[in-house]
Amino acid sequence: MRLYEKPAHVLHDMLAQKEITAAELTRDVLARLDETEGQVQAYLTVTRESALAQAEAVDKKIASGEEISFLEGIPGAIKDNICTKGTKTTCASKILEHFVPPYDATVMEKLRAQQPVILGKVNMDEFAMGGSTENSAYHPTHNPWALERVPGGSSGGSAAAVAAGSAIWALGSDTGGSIRQPASFCGVVGLKPTYGRVSRYGLVAYASSLDQIGPLARDVTDAAHLLNIIAGHDEMDSTSSTAPVPDYAQALTEDVKGLKIGLPKEYFTEGMDGDVEKTVRAAISKYKDMGAEILEISLPHTAYAISTYYLIAPAEAATNLERYDGVSYGERVDGEDLVQMMTNTRTQLFGEEVRRRIMIGNYALSAGYYDAYYLKALKVRTLVQQDYTEAFKQVDVIMAPTAPTPAFRLGEMMADPLQLYLQDVCTVPLNLAGLPGLSVPCGYSSKGLPIGLQIIGKALDEATILRAAYAYEQTQSFHNDMARIGGND
Amino acid sequence: MKVTKEDIANVAVLSRLSVSEAEADKYMGQMDKILTYMDNLSQLDTESVKPTTYALPMQNVFREDVVRESLDREAALANAPLREDGYFKVPKVLEG
Repeated sequence: MRLYEKPAHVLHDMLAQKEITAAELTRDVLARLDETEGQVQAYLTVTRESALAQAEAVDKKIASGEEISFLEGIPGAIKDNICTKGTKTTCASKILEHFVPPYDATVMEKLRAQQPVILGKVNMDEFAMGGSTENSAYHPTHNPWALERVPGGSSGGSAAAVAAGSAIWALGSDTGGSIRQPASFCGVVGLKPTYGRVSRYGLVAYASSLDQIGPLARDVTDAAHLLNIIAGHDEMDSTSSTAPVPDYAQALTEDVKGLKIGLPKEYFTEGMDGDVEKTVRAAISKYKDMGAEILEISLPHTAYAISTYYLIAPAEAATNLERYDGVSYGERVDGEDLVQMMTNTRTQLFGEEVRRRIMIGNYALSAGYYDAYYLKALKVRTLVQQDYTEAFKQVDVIMAPTAPTPAFRLGEMMADPLQLYLQDVCTVPLNLAGLPGLSVPCGYSSKGLPIGLQIIGKALDEATILRAAYAYEQTQSFHNDMARIGGND
Repeated sequence: MKVTKEDIANVAVLSRLSVSEAEADKYMGQMDKILTYMDNLSQLDTESVKPTTYALPMQNVFREDVVRESLDREAALANAPLREDGYFKVPKVLEG
């Protein structure tokens, strides 16, 4: 068994016991990256030299007898919409092709304090708009389990790297499912924390009232440790929560006796793949065996969540992306006057989906349509949120599929944007409500494609969903399976 | 059609995007389909519902107004497409 196959908590122990060195580990993961990258294409930028230098620094520290933190010397990857000082941050867009942030995002400062090994920046849908990573302006990423299929998105590079073994862990961002859905498609754990649990400072804004950074990991234990590192209030993000941060790793116990689990009937309906339903229901029945209580619940406004999300997110995006005007940073396409320069820059350097969402957003915000679309969506957002508030009076967690289908084929959804939007039915409602959710691998389709179980929690109650996921994880071994691509055996 | 060619032209100007004839037809079709789907929201009576902009309770955050170090000018200009004498340079805005 090679080192890249192991989760971070196992590697941490091996490093601490001096069974391996961080340099050996980093070289093995980089070798795996070289074996898989030609087919998977998870990365946009690989920072090989600084990764090896970081590993060697950790080895010196270990050799001198110093204790190491959880993530110290463990190689990971960062989604390319998180600002990394001195390393290109493109958002998979041509408009930021050469953008090198002069500062680190708060999550990067928190990570760097732990001295992990940063392998590079990973692919995504341009500006996090999409669910397949096909909207990257550079190249699509392929699902390590089935190369002709998408890894999901928008954090498709993060999920594919963790699944392929070309990273042990990764950070992604989730605005409408962009951590959980790729985690589900690639058979890894993905956690979207409560809105405000993790600082968004330095995360390139897509839809500011929905965006949240979170970890993608090999197992629940790693996800809990990663959340420990990145969570907490930040004065640079006034929407970040001041609530105390518990020790999420400490919260991992196998005890779910008496846990009340709600199954929203609206999440198990038309359009759901038969294998997904069967697999997710089988996972939920494990909880019954462990002494949890299963209750059917209703979230009656679920059917309106897609419309609500695809009005609010584009409206916020249209506003956030006004800053790309070819003036102070990013690329420029010349024009005869200022307005023409800005128009040429945006028209030629934004991809098609980004332009479409800006147009929809500005349409929904424009005079004459504001009340009918944008304001209406904000009101329905209240109703979607109230559904959860009511449900959480009866239950501790909510379980559902993460996505209605396993990974689809590259190109399959490109012709019809609406069809791709409808794929987000199980993930967007909780972004609207600001709630935490995670996806944990729970089996495979008949074609061998990974399927994820989604666990949704109360606001700021990541500890309970992590515990529930951990308890399930101990009953099976899906999280130990690596994607079988070239070079795996 | 809910979305007209005129709508597309107006929204393009607001978005600082230029849309060719062929693209305008494509956008019109796609946006029409998307917005028609979104009409399901009109089934809901939201007369007495308050809008939500942030899911969690938010209040204004105050801090002391103290002078702190800010980004160095060279660093701030490093990503500029065009610069001159410590400024961002853009095409001429005023005539004369």
